[in-house]
Amino acid sequence: MLRLSVFKRWQGFKLRAQLEAPTPGVVALFGRSGCGKTTVINIISGLLQPDEGRVELDKVVLTDTRERIRIPAERRRIGYVFQDARLFPHLGVLANLRYGLRRAPRESRAIGLDEVLALLGLEPLLRHRPYQLSGGERQRVALGRALLSQPRLLLLDEPLAALDAARREEVLPYLERLRDSLAIPMVFVSHQLEEVLRLATHVALMEAGEIVASGALSDISLRPELRAIVGSEAVGAVLDGEVTRLDVAGGMADVQLGGGVLHVSLQDARVGARIRVQLLARDIILATEQPRGLSVRNTLQGVILEFADDVGNAVLVKVDIGSGAAVLARVTRRAMQDLALHSGLPVWVLVKAVSARGHAFAAVDRHRPTPDLTT
Amino acid sequence: MLHSLTPAELDALRLSLVIALRSVAFSLPLAVLVGYLLARSRFPGTLALDALVHLPLVLPPVAVGYLLLVGLDSRSAAGSWLQAHFGVELPFTEGGATLATAVMTFPLLVRAIRLALDSVDRGLEAAARTLGAGPLDRFVSITLPLMLPGILAGLLTAFAAGLGQFGAVITFAANVPGVTRTLPLALYTAIQEPGGEAAAMRLAVLSIALGLVGLVLAELLARRVYRLLGR
Repeated sequence: MLRLSVFKRWQGFKLRAQLEAPTPGVVALFGRSGCGKTTVINIISGLLQPDEGRVELDKVVLTDTRERIRIPAERRRIGYVFQDARLFPHLGVLANLRYGLRRAPRESRAIGLDEVLALLGLEPLLRHRPYQLSGGERQRVALGRALLSQPRLLLLDEPLAALDAARREEVLPYLERLRDSLAIPMVFVSHQLEEVLRLATHVALMEAGEIVASGALSDISLRPELRAIVGSEAVGAVLDGEVTRLDVAGGMADVQLGGGVLHVSLQDARVGARIRVQLLARDIILATEQPRGLSVRNTLQGVILEFADDVGNAVLVKVDIGSGAAVLARVTRRAMQDLALHSGLPVWVLVKAVSARGHAFAAVDRHRPTPDLTT
Repeated sequence: MLHSLTPAELDALRLSLVIALRSVAFSLPLAVLVGYLLARSRFPGTLALDALVHLPLVLPPVAVGYLLLVGLDSRSAAGSWLQAHFGVELPFTEGGATLATAVMTFPLLVRAIRLALDSVDRGLEAAARTLGAGPLDRFVSITLPLMLPGILAGLLTAFAAGLGQFGAVITFAANVPGVTRTLPLALYTAIQEPGGEAAAMRLAVLSIALGLVGLVLAELLARRVYRLLGR
């Protein structure tokens, strides 16, 4: 468990953050630029000291201003992958990788050089010097260097922000692979919803120096606070489901979500795999009677839970679809009145489009489909 | 060309090189320390230290030599202490010439080191920290190697300036042939002597040649180091 409760006044900016996140797991600190995300991970790493507060990782107190505990960054064993990689320019790739390894306590060695080379595809880069690497390669070396320092926690500060879309794909699959094959907890900073959807198991939403909401991604995706960060078009439930049936020829799969089943367009999955899907609020239609004769293929049954104000004259309706899962639907105020929508009302949920957004995290599931990593 | 020099000229050349080399070698560790203090620490005496270090740049060299003479003369407290404990006598000796040269070139060295330190990306030091490197470890494994081009540039500048030191050396260490008579002092002596024009010209040409060789070597070295650092 990572526990954090800190206050810091810094360069005319106030940070007040509280967070509890399970370990191992991947926590995304999500928010717009300048809201204090990097400050939070700098405090976790020990590179920055909070004015007041406490940081605790797996029952080890790293910082406690009241008890005057302040473990220096170099003894925390917390890996840090910076936005700009920060490879040491006077050392080759191999020496960069070994830098942390040589300084890690021998008895805590859990991952070796060979394993990291294989995991991150670094073998061909070993003889290079940092300036000869592409942005994506640099980040992979930085990732390997951090992993080899045998960290108890890995911090990633927008590791993909400095890369263009193509380069991102040079790194993102490796991050997914890391998450699934190693039990190292991670906290990563992002302002890209896409990265969060692909990597995170847990999300902390940040706004103006405060963590405004945190929890499992599926819960956070239903929070109205998210709208301010991702924009109203990207609001929608993120659900982790399981593939129950495959239609390989049609490239479709049945995915069990809550109490129902959705047909999702999906390449290279297998039965039993956990799949993460996003149902955008704007792509969902509610009906008070069972609809017939529609082209929409996906229909779930649910019960209205609550309403939240949306932009303009729209309302976000939260609908329970069984087994603790819920979706958000955007309807106009007018439609809400005409249909007499109220909480507790049974409805049919029509899904116009489903996008599979990466794979759901399951630490024990090693059989999930891995992306093609040969580059 | 070297074999066409007279023994006295060869002596002056050798002395110049040895004194300049020793002066930078001895002042380097102290210059790194002072440069580090000036660039990185915020203790109250920084300003005073900064002024003290740079004083030789703005004082007349003769004044520096004179102050050294007053402070380190065998009759002074420091001078007699040095003589009693280490048997070291500085005024009018080669050691004295080295010290005077070191004091005069120290600000050049400190300035270069300070600039080199300012150019080191502190983010890299932070990265080293997260990888488990403590303060001294970080300095040796990251900061110092990254400062290397700047340190080398400073060393070469200080060495080159050391070859030409005159006022402070002649005041503190006098003009003793074979002991403290370096190239500039030999040149000065030749000018003073009637009919010494030819000798003076030879020494001037020698000084120019030495300077040119130094500049070319410095440039070659800098290129090599930059390539090593991958810039």
